[in-house]
Amino acid sequence: MMSKTSAKSRRPFWTALTVAALLASPPARAAEADAATENIVTIDNFAFTPNALTVKAGTKVTFVNHDDIPHSIVASDGQFHSKALDTDDTFVFTFAASGSFGYFCGLHPHMTAKIVVVP
Amino acid sequence: MNEDEKLSGLNRRGALECMLWAGTGVLWTIAGGVPASKLIGSALAAPEAADKGFSFIQISDSHIGFSKPANPDALGTLKESIDKIAAMPAKPAFLIHTGDITHLSKPKEFDDAAQVIGGLKIDGHYVPGEHDYIDEDRGKAYLERYGKDTKGAGWYSFDQAGVHFVGLVNVVDLKAGGLGNLGPEQLAWLKADLESRSASQPIVVFSHIPLWLVYPEWGWGTEDGAQALALLARFGSVTVLNGHIHQLMQKIEGKVTFHTALSTAFPQPAPGTAPSPGPKLVPAGELRSLLGVSTVVYRQGTEKLAVTDHPLSEAV
Repeated sequence: MMSKTSAKSRRPFWTALTVAALLASPPARAAEADAATENIVTIDNFAFTPNALTVKAGTKVTFVNHDDIPHSIVASDGQFHSKALDTDDTFVFTFAASGSFGYFCGLHPHMTAKIVVVP
Repeated sequence: MNEDEKLSGLNRRGALECMLWAGTGVLWTIAGGVPASKLIGSALAAPEAADKGFSFIQISDSHIGFSKPANPDALGTLKESIDKIAAMPAKPAFLIHTGDITHLSKPKEFDDAAQVIGGLKIDGHYVPGEHDYIDEDRGKAYLERYGKDTKGAGWYSFDQAGVHFVGLVNVVDLKAGGLGNLGPEQLAWLKADLESRSASQPIVVFSHIPLWLVYPEWGWGTEDGAQALALLARFGSVTVLNGHIHQLMQKIEGKVTFHTALSTAFPQPAPGTAPSPGPKLVPAGELRSLLGVSTVVYRQGTEKLAVTDHPLSEAV
């Protein structure tokens, strides 16, 4: 996913003429809105929200970091370990099996949360 | 860790804030050293008679690669820090970096930091912060550069003119819900490393995350730090240097003095004064009063190590 910083750095390349086109057809925004209706865990101020997310088995969960500091997503049972997520980076994991899966930030392990997967 | 740490948040916070103010730019000294005669007569590895002592630098949390609003130019403020050290009247014997050299463990970040710090032309001793261990290979980039002659995740010790220095790593294999972590392997190594040493030898221990419990609610402490401190309890002079929290904090507990350094990149809020830790945006004119370096002076005969903090905003 494009980070906020790199999106900003590209801005000089867009002229005023293209602004209208962007407003008329903002593909990135639309995709984000669709994703928002899916299952997303956000990281703000060193906390996962929601702290407990319930999804059906087979659901893709997206984790997105909104902090100015990198975080990572590490399963307590070791089933996944994201790379470090810089600002606005995302990590996607599909929860196939049902159960309760705790996870934490590998850099700041006091940050904990869980995904509850139901059949 | 101790009863002090279990004080109510309000009292502790108030005390910590006072300490912050007291610490800025003030020379402070460490009691609990040992008499010089004992030092010379102890089982130390023959200190040179001519050696009157030395000073070294602690820098921390340079976060090279960070470019967010709290400081868009972390490399620039590291350069300023290094210039400040270069302008000091007494040349330090070496430099200790207490971690978070880089922001994202990228090769270029490590290389940029090394190039700037290398301008000092003095030895550097490093320990990693959690930001130095987040490459795909989890630590490879750090260990390739700084892992020579270290054990495990990068811990080691060395001696300088009678003082024993121990670099510990507490940012690796962190456990859910926990704090910084040394782990049993490193603690066993530390025990063996200290075992044969005289209790009169001054010890300086440095690691990224504070070894003591500064503020567990924000993860500012080390889970098994108390075990390391127990191994150090018999020594007459112990100085613990940490980073991670990007602010000055000092505590003396018996023979042990704890000091956390300023960052060279960006400040963080005082414990509990914000919803979370993280880069603190301050007015541009204030930034350099919240960044800086520290000097530590060890002088035989005065029985003290002295730590002085130098914000970037102050003249050398």
